[in-house]
Amino acid sequence: MSAPVVTRATPASRVAMVIAVLALVVLVAAPWWAGRADMRLMGEIFLYLSLACLWNLMAGYAGLVSVGQQAFVGFGGYMLFALTMFGGLHPVAAILCAGLLAAVLSVPIAALIFRLRGAYFAIGTWVVAEVFRLSFAQVSALGGGSGSSLPVGIVKSLASSRSGREALSYWLALGAAVTVIAAVYLFLRSRRGLALTAIRDSEAAAAGLGIDIWRTKLEVYVVSSAFTAVIGGLIFLQKLRISPDAAFSVNDWTAFVIFIVVIGGIGTLEGQIIGTLIFFALRETLADFGTIYLMVLGTVAIVVMLKAPKGVWGLIRDRYDLELFPLSYRVRQDGSDKGA
Amino acid sequence: MEWINAVVQGVLLGGLYALFAAGLSLIFGVMRLVNIAHGDLIVLAAYLGLSTTMMLGVHPFVALLIVMPAMAGIGYVLQRGLLNQTLGDDILPPLLVTFGLSVIIQNALLEAYSADPLKLSGGAIETASLSVGGLAIGVLPLLTFAVAVAAIALLQWVFYATSLGRGFRAVSDNQDIAQLMGLNRAHVFGLAMALALAVTAIAGILLGVRTSFDPSVGGGRLIFGFEAVIIGGLGNLWGTLAGGVILGVAQTIGAKIDPGWQLLAGHVAFLVVLAARPNGLFPRVEH
Repeated sequence: MSAPVVTRATPASRVAMVIAVLALVVLVAAPWWAGRADMRLMGEIFLYLSLACLWNLMAGYAGLVSVGQQAFVGFGGYMLFALTMFGGLHPVAAILCAGLLAAVLSVPIAALIFRLRGAYFAIGTWVVAEVFRLSFAQVSALGGGSGSSLPVGIVKSLASSRSGREALSYWLALGAAVTVIAAVYLFLRSRRGLALTAIRDSEAAAAGLGIDIWRTKLEVYVVSSAFTAVIGGLIFLQKLRISPDAAFSVNDWTAFVIFIVVIGGIGTLEGQIIGTLIFFALRETLADFGTIYLMVLGTVAIVVMLKAPKGVWGLIRDRYDLELFPLSYRVRQDGSDKGA
Repeated sequence: MEWINAVVQGVLLGGLYALFAAGLSLIFGVMRLVNIAHGDLIVLAAYLGLSTTMMLGVHPFVALLIVMPAMAGIGYVLQRGLLNQTLGDDILPPLLVTFGLSVIIQNALLEAYSADPLKLSGGAIETASLSVGGLAIGVLPLLTFAVAVAAIALLQWVFYATSLGRGFRAVSDNQDIAQLMGLNRAHVFGLAMALALAVTAIAGILLGVRTSFDPSVGGGRLIFGFEAVIIGGLGNLWGTLAGGVILGVAQTIGAKIDPGWQLLAGHVAFLVVLAARPNGLFPRVEH
């Protein structure tokens, strides 16, 4: 009788890691093989994937269901404009600063809205996003309610040629997605991630084991908000134009992200990739139908939530016992592996 | 005098917000459900009122005779057909399902009525006003406020003095024991949603007569109602009225200082209350 072996990685996860690295190499080389429109679309996909991973970290692991993350998307976008136009910063530096500022700002916000429980927390985050939108609409230097465009000089400071700029903005989006996925993955594998998983499964039991629930949730909120602001900066670096309604749109930056997470599988990392691909496949085929397309999305999300609450990836995982991002522990009772 | 006027207008505006909030407060009280689609249901009621007035050529207030039962019916079917399946310990399903519902209603209204702002025409009552001690008080805002007070008094009566209300309180306290005592939980929840949406119908019609509306304004109405609930204190219907009044006064005073600050001042008032009194100003005493 040998001792049981505890592992995290599985053959499937090792294969997935190899495939992911190969895919990454192909994606990094996109400026040499993809067209302009494809690159733009892929950049958008990477940014939505990042937003989905961040929202999933909050809602799926920390129980912080927010419908107000557009507050930080818009904040990041506006900070990009403000810091480059008035602070003279390079756009990339401005975007990183936006992340830091968002982290600082999110602490007092959390202190306030963490007082609201459950679903009321969700609407509280929306109020905060509205305060952001109305406040930025008051700043006449940033164009007030009608918004403003990024000056040509700042755009040119990224790269002198148009194709150079497009490649750079694509790489930034890809880099952001890889960074966010890696950060969320490593966070969840760490000690804190274990605490977070414990909170997700039972707050009372987690508190009984000595986990500081409030503090753990605060950390998740601050980190997610900072990254969300960075992604927001990158989104508006692609768009080159910002207005309060576009920057703080609940549909664009929260509703779509929620669809991605719910359809792909809440509380899983793999699900975000699948959800993003499904969302963009639906969008590219049905977007011409406008309102009907959004109604279909809403219906799909409701049906998935009721019939398969773990989403598409949840179905696959239950069927094949697959885990591409090895987060859980597996115990095996065999003598072949020398472990423990 | 202008400031007194702003306060009076704010108080009356608060009546409308209390009507937005009453339905939200009722369904949270009975089934612990926070309905993200609540604002869109208010707007839906306004559009139903518009269709009724156009088809039958009646005054919007008369249209209520049709819109109220219609919304109540929608509420009952919605609750029993969809929302009851989401209730449980996990807060995610109700939240995300009502969020999906909100997107569906909004886009269905866009498809049916387009994005153009529309308005219910109330006739002479829209411009009629009373002169009280140098202040001109609009008849419509005054009527709205009176309706809000009456609606909340009625809800309070239903809740505490009827067998229906006893059912509401019983399932609210303990669903399983209420079920054992012979109450059909699913049916009671359906009735609560029907009652909540009947009040929402009134709110929608009054909103439509007061200002123009389009399919996208639901989110804002949800937020106002929610703020009134939290300011007043969860589970307290009269507190909800007070919360609506505080929100309304904050908005009109904000607008008086600078027109751009109207909504912002309301949100700031909400955040200040949240910071100072997280349970609201008049929380229900826990027994």
